[in-house]
Amino acid sequence: MTEPLLIARGIRRSFGHVQALRGAHFRVMPAEIVALIGDNGAGKSTLVKILSGADRPDEGEVTLAGQRVRFGSPQEAQEAGIATVYQDLALAPDLPPAENLFLGREIKQPGLLGRLGFLDRKAMRAQAKEQFATLGVHLKSDRVAIDTLSGGQRQSVAIARAAMWAKKIVILDEPTAALGVVQTQRVLDLARRVRDHGISVVLISHNMPQVLEVADRIQVLRLGETVADLRASEASVDDLVRAMTSGRTEEAA
Amino acid sequence: MSGVQSGNGAAAAESPFLRLLASGWIFVLLLGLVAIFAGLRPVQFASVYNLQQLAINAAIFLVLAVGQTYVIAAAGIDLSCGAVLVFSSVVSAQVMLALAGASGTTFGTTDAGWPVILIGTLVAIASGALWGVFNGALIAWAKIPALIVTLGSMGMALGFAQIASGGIDVRAMPEKLVDAVGAGAISGIPTLVVIAAVTAVLFGVILHLTGFGLHVFAVGSNAEAARRSGINIRRNLIAVYAISGALSGLAAVMANARFSTTTINGHTLDNMTAISAVVLGGTSLFGGAGSVFGTVIGVFIPIVLLNGFVILGIPPFWQTVAMGAVLILAVWIDQLKRRLRKSR
Repeated sequence: MTEPLLIARGIRRSFGHVQALRGAHFRVMPAEIVALIGDNGAGKSTLVKILSGADRPDEGEVTLAGQRVRFGSPQEAQEAGIATVYQDLALAPDLPPAENLFLGREIKQPGLLGRLGFLDRKAMRAQAKEQFATLGVHLKSDRVAIDTLSGGQRQSVAIARAAMWAKKIVILDEPTAALGVVQTQRVLDLARRVRDHGISVVLISHNMPQVLEVADRIQVLRLGETVADLRASEASVDDLVRAMTSGRTEEAA
Repeated sequence: MSGVQSGNGAAAAESPFLRLLASGWIFVLLLGLVAIFAGLRPVQFASVYNLQQLAINAAIFLVLAVGQTYVIAAAGIDLSCGAVLVFSSVVSAQVMLALAGASGTTFGTTDAGWPVILIGTLVAIASGALWGVFNGALIAWAKIPALIVTLGSMGMALGFAQIASGGIDVRAMPEKLVDAVGAGAISGIPTLVVIAAVTAVLFGVILHLTGFGLHVFAVGSNAEAARRSGINIRRNLIAVYAISGALSGLAAVMANARFSTTTINGHTLDNMTAISAVVLGGTSLFGGAGSVFGTVIGVFIPIVLLNGFVILGIPPFWQTVAMGAVLILAVWIDQLKRRLRKSR
């Protein structure tokens, strides 16, 4: 059996008297889509924040590719290969897709001009085009502001951006919450293609049928603990709801 | 200067109609005004002398407005630029006066040499930049709204200028500065205009072609996204306000050279003039989109209007009315454009 890419063990995190996580476990296998589900307040956001470097656990350890890691900031997590696409997208709406893809990591002109900070927009556009083509993201133009794209296309740009810089894991926090049916399908297809390129995807979602459709594996959080770790092909919506609400995966006798 | 406008922001590539609406219409408006005035009074309006005067009148405002373009593109505002101009002009004039060995009440011109003028210029730019750093630090670190910070520093800079000068203008400038920069010309083009043009091209290139410029737009568009992308938004904001301050300092030297005196009471509305020019030029008050080229157009609109009204014998007060209307129209079109974009 292959080794997990990421393992989180015994993660605890309290905020005052509220125990958001009470020894949660989580693992991500290489090149899989793993869904993380749970009711409101189950600790999903806290766990995601810890994995993406935005928060630190009180107890517990995270290992990435066999190495113990402690992320002090989202930047550190990104450098280690984990990028998160949040609901609010974190794109600059007035800038075109290529500029957004390379924001903070711009390609500079060769030679003296580059040292003076001059951008190589041509190279950025070409590489962006390649990245979009690889992931099957179709944009009507690569020069319009992100703002002019549809919600699904914006989400796709955000995911393509994360997949470009995170070489190991892309975390998608409710990626389809605000999208229509067609756009939702496109984003899920994109998640599959990201996986097919060898990058694991962690999908946080409320939508049970969607999770069953797209995920390879599903982990359920309840009251800060991991209560189930199911293969999507062997689980049903009832199983998931039971695990989320009662913490049991088998029907009570 | 048209090469300065590049593919940034909203104006880059939408439908031709939207692009025209976005920033083109103001260019068409300027061309239309020039055509009308030149058609009605070709001898007076289109004379070389008149066009030179137009450019000279625009020069100081253009330098201020270029700095303001950076600030507004970063979704900020700098109300202090006129007051910083006054502060820098007083400090610079006093330093040059002291170095020339003349007393503070000297009237007319001093015979200070170029080294003194150079020091005075550097003092003006540095003192302006310091005010900018002060603004930027309070906005970026203390998270006080830019409107309040720069309103406060506007009062402080003007107050310090009045304290330093006792409220009386420093009326002695180095003769060489006044002759060569204020009234001089470089191969036929007024020196003030050359300085403004070089400033606009240089800072246009930086804003539109460098990584720093892209980060300015990114911070203005979505500061949180910029921060998550690893951009140091505090450093970026401080640099943006420092540029605006430094350019106010440069404008102070130009004003000293042009008027051969400081002009403590002459710049209370400069901030509004600069902000209107930037907004007229298509830079969004919400940040994230804009161009220095647009600002150049935006600076010329009120100046051409005033000039044309004077030549046509229309009471010049109508210029103020027309400008107010054009400004409201510009912001309305910006919002309309944003709504059109969003609704698709």
